Order: sequence, then structure tokens, then C-alpha cells
Amino acid sequence: MDFSSFLIQALNSVQYGFLLFLVASGLTLIFGIMGIINLAHGAFYMLGAYLAFWLAGLTGSLLAAVLLGVPLMILIGIAIERSAISFLYERDHLYQVLLTYGLILILNETQLILWGTGFYSVPIPEMFRGSIPLTENQVYPVYRLFISAVCLGVALGLYLMIQKTQLGMTIRAGASSREMTEALGINIARVFAIVFALGAALAGFSGMIGAPLSSVYPGMGDQILIISFVVVVIGGIGSVKGAFVGAMLIGLADTFGKVLLPEVASIVIYAVMALVLLWRPRGLFGYTA
Amino acid sequence: MKKHNPNGISRRTLLTGAAAAGGIAAVSSFIPTRFAIGGQHKVKIGILLPYSGTYAMLGNSITNALKLRIEENGGMLGGREVEYVAIDSEMSVPKTPTNTNKLVGKEKVDFLIGPVHSGIAQAMAKIVGGDQGPIMIVPNAGSNLVTGPLCAPNIFRASFSNWQPAWPCGEVMANDGHKKIVTITWGYAAGKQMMAAGRDNFAEHGGSSIKDILVPFPDVEFQAHLSEIANLDPDAVFAFFSGGGAVKFVKDYAAAGLKDNIPLYGPGFLTEGVSKAQGAAAEGIKTTLHYAANLDNAANKRFRAAYKEAFDADANVFSVQGYDTGSLLISAMDAVEGDTGATGDLIQTLEAAQLTDSPRGAWTMSKAHNPIQDIYLRQVENGVNLVKGVAAAALEDPAAGCKMA
Repeated sequence: MDFSSFLIQALNSVQYGFLLFLVASGLTLIFGIMGIINLAHGAFYMLGAYLAFWLAGLTGSLLAAVLLGVPLMILIGIAIERSAISFLYERDHLYQVLLTYGLILILNETQLILWGTGFYSVPIPEMFRGSIPLTENQVYPVYRLFISAVCLGVALGLYLMIQKTQLGMTIRAGASSREMTEALGINIARVFAIVFALGAALAGFSGMIGAPLSSVYPGMGDQILIISFVVVVIGGIGSVKGAFVGAMLIGLADTFGKVLLPEVASIVIYAVMALVLLWRPRGLFGYTA
Repeated sequence: MKKHNPNGISRRTLLTGAAAAGGIAAVSSFIPTRFAIGGQHKVKIGILLPYSGTYAMLGNSITNALKLRIEENGGMLGGREVEYVAIDSEMSVPKTPTNTNKLVGKEKVDFLIGPVHSGIAQAMAKIVGGDQGPIMIVPNAGSNLVTGPLCAPNIFRASFSNWQPAWPCGEVMANDGHKKIVTITWGYAAGKQMMAAGRDNFAEHGGSSIKDILVPFPDVEFQAHLSEIANLDPDAVFAFFSGGGAVKFVKDYAAAGLKDNIPLYGPGFLTEGVSKAQGAAAEGIKTTLHYAANLDNAANKRFRAAYKEAFDADANVFSVQGYDTGSLLISAMDAVEGDTGATGDLIQTLEAAQLTDSPRGAWTMSKAHNPIQDIYLRQVENGVNLVKGVAAAALEDPAAGCKMA
């Protein structure tokens, strides 16, 4: 591989890593802070993509679709947390797995009823339709770079929120000791509802801004769920910083794995996960108990 | 004997209804006759197709058109009413033995229709192939093995073998003056078989493939491979993807700027049923397939109009395959006057089948029980796959390894 194609593949890796981070960040928040294994995370991603398709069709603009769709995802998140998830905090993980697996089935079926089985696409917003020439015959779409910038912004925003704000402090406190935080007079139920809604909104948001690239079709959330779990486990459960590093690592492993080791491309990311876990069983940035 | 078991039939009916797009119609057509007294048994048709996930569209298209064809025949097969038992295959190979046995062993279906997925087709063929199983008609899955080493007297195909839509494309690329290509497809049975067929025929016409890229199924992250293709700079790219993967690949290919420099070819599934979602990215792509929307024959026009009216959706190659499956059932059951026990006669009729009024054009059954059919050259214009000619006339699958051929 010559140097220029190495650089292009590195760009592909980073760009893919950003996308993965955006999806995985919501999963790691819910997983780490609330202790909930949310298998429906991929379904939220799919729901976001369908909302983008539907709302962009109604309003004619992806921006408007995102502005309408994200609050909708927050509402859906709160509704699901209050009506279902909140009853299982004290229960074993197995109950949560069963419940959120049920949610996948319900959300997938809802999608089939509302939008049918067709394949749809969402147009790239006018102002990001250009592309930048890379080599003689390859160009890079501006929209992909824009998504990377958005993901970077979300990463920064999440970091600041968790590290620097009152809400972030409460969330961190609730994660490390639920009882103690409650004893200090903090309404932990409300905090958990916020975190779950935030996680759902992040998944939905990545589905929305990813929709013009990925196209919109039934079952699109399943694949993304698996790879999100890989990212979260590598990074350390509950660590947003870990999710970022994990996403970059998987982006690199996946991209270069496909190019350099095509015969085993499908297992490269799992091999990376296994190696990381052998070295650090709790993930790169996992809490050491 | 019709058993009046509310827990059995009505629940299954509901499941069928939930699964199939025309579910409501199915439920209402069932319920009144459940209590009908006397008369013959209904012909029981077991269906194993995907009704959820990425390929739900294919399962629905096939089921809709199959029922449409039988409705056109007065809802009867050989003078008997029809009962459908549909199971969602969930595109799961591991669940296939259970699902197949449920239809064959428990439901004792007279005919087995399915599947979409090549791996499932191979698993089903291993279970039902032979003298004991019911007659199975494959309405999509193209695995070469099903009408090759796994071929059996009671297994028929109304669709294509993976070899068929891919092979002529090799010649098309060579005729367009290309010398070196890159192939790219998902690394699963259908992908590998189509890639091999297209590449082999391209080689026979003096070209060569400089790289065969296998993307892990069902991965849709193509960016790394697109950069690789740009770097290799071939004359053309031969690609097989379908469904959501086809939409994304074609769009990514155009977005990476490759479309204008390196033309894209492939088996027709690359643009079939998805060209609207692909939009401008699909314009000009040449593919080969056994069907195209604008085929100029009366049967096609009639079928497309009827399908549109019944389901408010455009017919595609999958619905054509479902429709022809219905035609096969009708001709076979007419020949035996509804006697599903006359397996030998049923098989003989199906082997001699001549579908002269199929929407895809006339076709006949090969000795290996696979359609001998024309493969058309199509090109996407304004979002529609338009016929540009016949890429291979009356193409017969080589059926390597089939003892009947």
C-alpha cells in the first residue's frame, strides 16, 4: 500500500470511527450509568433513520427533520423508560435483555406497519452535496466530512456535559452509588429518565444524519447494534471516552482489515475485541472495581 | 377431516395475517370457510419466506403475486380451495430445519413454496428432496446447488440459478470494450456463485479480473473497498448486492466519484426494486436479469396492471417469480384434477411446463428443474430498468452435479 492510499484509508477509518462513536455513545451511557443492557439501541437508530426519511419528506429539509425528530426521540425515550424500563432497575440483567429484545420486535413491527418493507433514501442537504477530489478518480463527499465534524461536536458536548455540569455530576454520582445519591436528596428516577432519553436521542440522531449515507430499510438497526456493543465493550462499559477510543480503534481495524486481510475481514474487529479484553478485561477505560 | 380447533387454525391464521402484507384479505378469506361443512379438503400450501428484516419486501412481493395468480384462477387449484400456511423464515439458516419440518411434518402441506435465501434453500432441499417430501417450488433463492448436486425429482425452481443472471454480464462487459475488471460482492453463497459466473464468462471473452473483493455479509460499510477500487483503476466493476446493500453500494460508488470513470455492471438485483431509492446514482448502470419492468409483452402489461391495482405497489422480478410459481401450481393441479396424491403425474406436468404467458417472456423447465429463460440486458434510465436487448436467449443453467440433467 503506497502512502497516499494509506492516508485515504486512514481518513476512511476515522470517518467510520466517528459514525460508530455517535451510535455507541448513547449505548454506553445507558449501559454504564443505568446498568441497563439496551438491546433496542439499534432499533432506536433505525427509528431515527425512518423519522428522518418521513420528516424530511414532509418538510423538504433534513435539518428540519432533525430538529423535529430529536425531540420526538427524547419523548419516545422518556415514554419507554417510564412505562417499561423503570420497573426493571432492581432486577437481574436477564429481565432487561428480555424486555429490550421485546422492544426490538415491537419497534421493528411498528416500522413495518408505518413505513412498509421498501427501501428508501434521504437526499443529502443541498449545501453539503459537493465533493473534494482526493486522487485522479476518487472524490470525497463533503457530507461525510460534515458528519465527522458533527460527531466531534457531539463528543465534545458529551464530555463537557458529563465532566463540567451539575447534571453530569449527578449522573456520575448516580452511576457509582444509586442509594447514596438518593440519600443526598437527588431524584434519581428523573436522572435515569433523562439519561435513557439522551441515549435514545443519540441513537436516533445518528440514524437521522446517517440516513443520507446508509439509506433506510427494515432491519438496518440489527447490524449497528452488534458493532456498537463491540465498541462499548472495548472502550469500557459506561465510559464515553472509552467509546470514542473504541470507535476509532474499530474504524481502523475494520477499514484496514478489509484492505489488508480480506480473507478474515469479518472477524478482524472481533479479534481486536478479544485482544483488548485479554489485556484489559474491563475494556480500555473501564472502571476497575 | 377439518378439525375445528380454534387454538390451532385461528392463531395460525392470525400469524399469517400479521406476516403477509395482504394479511387482512387472507384472514377474511379464511374465516367463513373454516366452518364450511362437507366438500373436499383444501389444498394446503406451505410458504417459508422472509416477512421481517431487510428482505421482507421480497417475501411480501412473492406472496402477494402467488396469491394474486391463484385468485385469478378463482382461488382454486385443480377445482379445490386453497389454504396457505406461511412462516417467517427470518432469513435464518439455523431455524430452517424446524420451520421446514413444521410445514412438512406437522402441517402436512401439499406444496412447499420457498425460500428467498440460498443457504435456506440448500437446507430445505436436503430435508425434502427425494421421494417422500412434498413438491417444493423455489420462488427466488438462486443457489446453484439446488438444481445442481442437490437436485431432486420433487424440487423445482420458478426463479433463476445464481449462474444465470450473472453469466451473460461477463460478455456484456467484454463487448463494451473492457479488458480488466474488479469484482465486488458479499462473501456468501449467492455472491460467490454470481461473481464466479460473471468473471468466468468475462475471461472467456478475453478479459480478466484483477481483484475479487468479498465483503463480509451483510456489512454495508464499503468506503475502504471503494478507495481500493479507485487505486486499482480497472476498466469496469462487476458488483452483486441486493436490497439495502445494493442501495448503499450504488450510492456510495457514485458519491466516491467512481461512477463517471469506472462503469458499474452486475446481475440485475443491483438495481431491481431499489432504483428509486438509488436515484441519480443508478443512472446508466447496465445489468443482466431475467426480467425488466418494461418488457413488451401482453402478459407483463396485464400482470403489472393487476398487481398495481391489488397491492398499490409496482411489481418487480420477485413478484414475477411468485406469479409464475402460481402458474406452475395451477397447471400441475389442473392436469391431475386436484389429486395431490398423484405425485408422479404432478412432477411430470411440472417437468413439461411451458410458461408461454409469463410476464418475463416464455420459459420452459430444464431437466434439472430450473427455468430455461431469456436473460435481458437492462440499463437504468430515469430510475427505471429499461430493456436494451436480450443478453442471452433461452439460457440454461449448466446444472453441474445434477444426476437428472
